[in-house]
Amino acid sequence: MSGTADASSSLMVHGVKLEIVERGKGRPVLFLHPGIGIEANAPVLDALAKGGRVIAPSHPGFGASDLPKGMNSVDDMSYVYLDLMDQLDLRDVLVIGVGLGGWLACDIAAKTTARMSHLVLGNPVGIKYGDRETRDKVDIWSLMPDQVDALAYSDPSVGKRDYKNLPESVALTAARNREAYARVAWSPYMHNPKLKLRLHRIDVPTLFLWGTADRILSEPYGRAFATMIKGARFETLDRAGHYPHLEQPESFARAALGFAEQKQPAKARA
Amino acid sequence: MRVYQFTEQAYYPAWDDHNGSLRINLPNSKLDPKLAGQLLNRYYDEWQVADEVGLDIMLNEHHQTATCLSSTVVVGLSIMARITKKARLLVLGYPLGHRPDPLRCAEELSTIDVVSGGRLDMGFVKGVPYEFPASNQNPVGVMDRLWEAHDFILKAMTHRGEPFNWEGEHFHYRQVNIWPRPIQQPHPPLWSTTNSKNNAYTLGERGYVIATLGSGYGTRPLYDAYRQGYFKTHRKAPAADRFAYLGLVAVANDEAEARRRGDLIAGYLRTSAIVHVPYRNPPGYLSIEDNARILRGFSQPRGKAKDGRLVDIYHCSVQDLIDAGVMFCGTPDQVHAQIVDFCEYCGGMGNLLMMGHAGSLEPDATVDNLTLFAKEVLPRLKEWKQPVAEVEAA
Repeated sequence: MSGTADASSSLMVHGVKLEIVERGKGRPVLFLHPGIGIEANAPVLDALAKGGRVIAPSHPGFGASDLPKGMNSVDDMSYVYLDLMDQLDLRDVLVIGVGLGGWLACDIAAKTTARMSHLVLGNPVGIKYGDRETRDKVDIWSLMPDQVDALAYSDPSVGKRDYKNLPESVALTAARNREAYARVAWSPYMHNPKLKLRLHRIDVPTLFLWGTADRILSEPYGRAFATMIKGARFETLDRAGHYPHLEQPESFARAALGFAEQKQPAKARA
Repeated sequence: MRVYQFTEQAYYPAWDDHNGSLRINLPNSKLDPKLAGQLLNRYYDEWQVADEVGLDIMLNEHHQTATCLSSTVVVGLSIMARITKKARLLVLGYPLGHRPDPLRCAEELSTIDVVSGGRLDMGFVKGVPYEFPASNQNPVGVMDRLWEAHDFILKAMTHRGEPFNWEGEHFHYRQVNIWPRPIQQPHPPLWSTTNSKNNAYTLGERGYVIATLGSGYGTRPLYDAYRQGYFKTHRKAPAADRFAYLGLVAVANDEAEARRRGDLIAGYLRTSAIVHVPYRNPPGYLSIEDNARILRGFSQPRGKAKDGRLVDIYHCSVQDLIDAGVMFCGTPDQVHAQIVDFCEYCGGMGNLLMMGHAGSLEPDATVDNLTLFAKEVLPRLKEWKQPVAEVEAA
């Protein structure tokens, strides 16, 4: 793995080849991307690298990462990251997840936080909050991409890509990410009904960073989610929506790294 | 040649009262259930006529749509199995990619085969893109589920003796032993539809009947891909009966009347693409490569005339549809000539899926369309010797 500019490299984790961006030095920061994937030149990765060794993989089936046979759930993917942390012998990891990545981070942490110090969740999906006839999350696959962007971003131009004038590989990655997202989040829609029952196991300090312009999810949804994790803090980021790490990369990174600086009594939180 | 009469069983009275989408999200308050019942019974009656005049029958299903009242094709199949006498009963398709319980599928289809005296043709399909919001089945991986369901159903239909076990990737049963089992041995014939050369090749390898729908003068490359797949496993060229084509058919002794009927039947094409845009391409339905092409602004042409001219089959005239090989329309002589010409272009095509009714075509005109076709066109098509195209090297 190397950490130059916007390059990515790959890492084999128990036979699964993961595309990984690694940048910076110091305490490990595992960044878990949302359903739209992560671009190697995303400013948030540089901003986070100021405070540690950023490891930003593409999830199995996303970006250039392998899709092993039978891997079709967030639960499946969570084990890949538990393996990854073991393999690299990462300790006191700051785990950051946005959107789908937030769901994934919770799924990992509910299994074990043995290698984690802090958890930061940016507008995570993953739980069901309202009643069975109330959809908590906008049905993004019933909308056109520009309609989704209008709801997701404070400034939709941040998400715009001129695929016609970009290399074909950019469109292929976007198409692969779209499919990979639906593979794990189509039904139950954007959540695991069992996750709520497991969130009590998360015993590391947890911060919700909520982009207030998110109209895919609502702030009451985020606040309800936060109450399910013991001691979780809930902070808002203005002029940011469903992808706060893209719209406010500096404040997002500063808040996450600052939170992780705060000393917590190790594992005495239960 | 066999000719299957097909109608989508439309609820056409709602066609002029939609907000840009006839499927999935058109509120069912637009439907009068009593009128829906009258229409369905009328369509069953017209299929009964088809049976009586010597045509075969094709049924399908779609969901949450004013374009097709048949949301559960097993009902139509059951009624046809009971009230018709001779017609083959083709279900095309039976949307396996949306069925959570293939054991139930095997039981339903075997029962239809038994009640009909062994007249069922089974067309397994993944379903059009806009079925996924209705069924909520994941479009990602639909072909894997389809093939496992296919394997399971064939095993269930052909297995004898002690109940068998199935613990697959998608479906789980421990004591499978269907009653009744089908009359046709080893199982009712298999069909499928495709619009891709890769799938056509796979269908060829398996020797199933390949059907293409309204593909006009873009059909031959699909059939040739099928021929190559067929040759690989069978070491010979496939006969014409392995190929099926769905075309719109309007025939009348008077050419002007045929054109009038053709124009009403074209209502099927003019409405079938009216659907809320995001439902047309759910994630995972098309390949990643195709989706990347769409992101980059490339779109596929809708239809092609024999001379290569592009035709937008969803909005064009009857003459354009005839030129594109999508509609066969005119006097019996003209229709016969058009079909023969098209079959020659295909290198042989032995099953015409005839959309002899669509939309607001009146009951009298529908019955006349079917009767005249059966009397004046069908016998000559049956006598005509189909070409058998050579298999070109892959």
